[in-house]
Amino acid sequence: MTNQQQRRFEADIAGERAIEPQDWMPDDYRKTLIRQIGQHAHSEVVGMLPEGNWLTRAPTLRRKAILLAKVQDEAGHGLYLYSAAETLGCAREDLYRKMLEGRMKYSSIFNYPTLSWADIPVIGWLVDGAAIVNQVALCRTSYGPYARAMVKICKEESFHQRQGFEACMALANGSDEQRQMLQDAINRFWWPSLMMFGPDDANSPNSARSLAWKIKRHTNDELRQRFVDNTVPQVEALGMTVPDPALAWDEASGHYRFGEIDWAELNEVIAGRGICNHERLAAKRRAWDKGAWVREAALAWAEKQQRTDAA
Amino acid sequence: MNKEYWPLYEVFVRNRQGLSHRHVGSLHAADDQMALENARDAYTRRSEGCSIWVVRACQIVASQPQERGEFFDPAESKIYRHPTFYTIPDGIEHM
Repeated sequence: MTNQQQRRFEADIAGERAIEPQDWMPDDYRKTLIRQIGQHAHSEVVGMLPEGNWLTRAPTLRRKAILLAKVQDEAGHGLYLYSAAETLGCAREDLYRKMLEGRMKYSSIFNYPTLSWADIPVIGWLVDGAAIVNQVALCRTSYGPYARAMVKICKEESFHQRQGFEACMALANGSDEQRQMLQDAINRFWWPSLMMFGPDDANSPNSARSLAWKIKRHTNDELRQRFVDNTVPQVEALGMTVPDPALAWDEASGHYRFGEIDWAELNEVIAGRGICNHERLAAKRRAWDKGAWVREAALAWAEKQQRTDAA
Repeated sequence: MNKEYWPLYEVFVRNRQGLSHRHVGSLHAADDQMALENARDAYTRRSEGCSIWVVRACQIVASQPQERGEFFDPAESKIYRHPTFYTIPDGIEHM
């Protein structure tokens, strides 16, 4: 039976037929998906923190309303992804607890601080821009619920990137100080944005298997290159510069060549020693603990209502 | 940490009048009303819906993929249920 199931699974993957929740799948396929979708969900949820930092200090009511809507979207994206992960037979609370205990990861990018208002537009434009490149590719991932969540998320992310770029333009067209603020934010977020695509292909041990299972459709380096190619002209349109002396247009390949990423920095952040790792997890643990009475009270209320209805 | 989980609900949204409700995902809620309100906030933030159904996931009865073959194969042999089974001579119109 198992051989037959395995053959059917492989035929579905080869034939580009989506794998659905109740279908038989190899244990490692399931585990890989739970890890990847869970990490992705945690990233959305932790990603609310750096931006939440500026909600009360947005420069205008318009920017504040936009930022609130964006942060609310991130919560929604986290929910779509937890929902997709749960179809694989894990409980959202268990995944969430693993994140709180540091046993599951979230994107390294959210361990960088948001020091000035300019960081908010730059995150919308660069960080969400990098996420979109990754997520557009995942719309064709082989697991049905993950692919469907990605389609919905991609539709909404486009607003995130565009509002970010628009707010960047406001700074780029502003005073010298505003332009300086914008350049400073680009300088700090450029390299961490490139790191969002993960280690280079030579050091990405699980990539080959994920590609074979069509969980991933492109390698880390391919997606990173796409992001650089997309983004450099946008930096130039703002009249800003990319903090990479090695960046150059390569006529022959039709791509930008860029400098070496500081992999030691990425490894430090992933290992929990980034600037804000401690602060981010502490904030999430505090919110979880302080919300415990609300979760319990809501459940007690529901039970009481049921008893009243039954009586 | 609280080990008592809120139940799982599946969410179905009607995008606009004239269309069927379509499954869009799931969420956890303590009770039916909260499920409905959370579904509105999570799945119709951009006016994607005019009607929402939520149903406890444990209440859904589903066919099993491992029984897909025998469960659905009674329909496979009945090709005469399709219009293309029948040969109609050229020149016959409106059929």
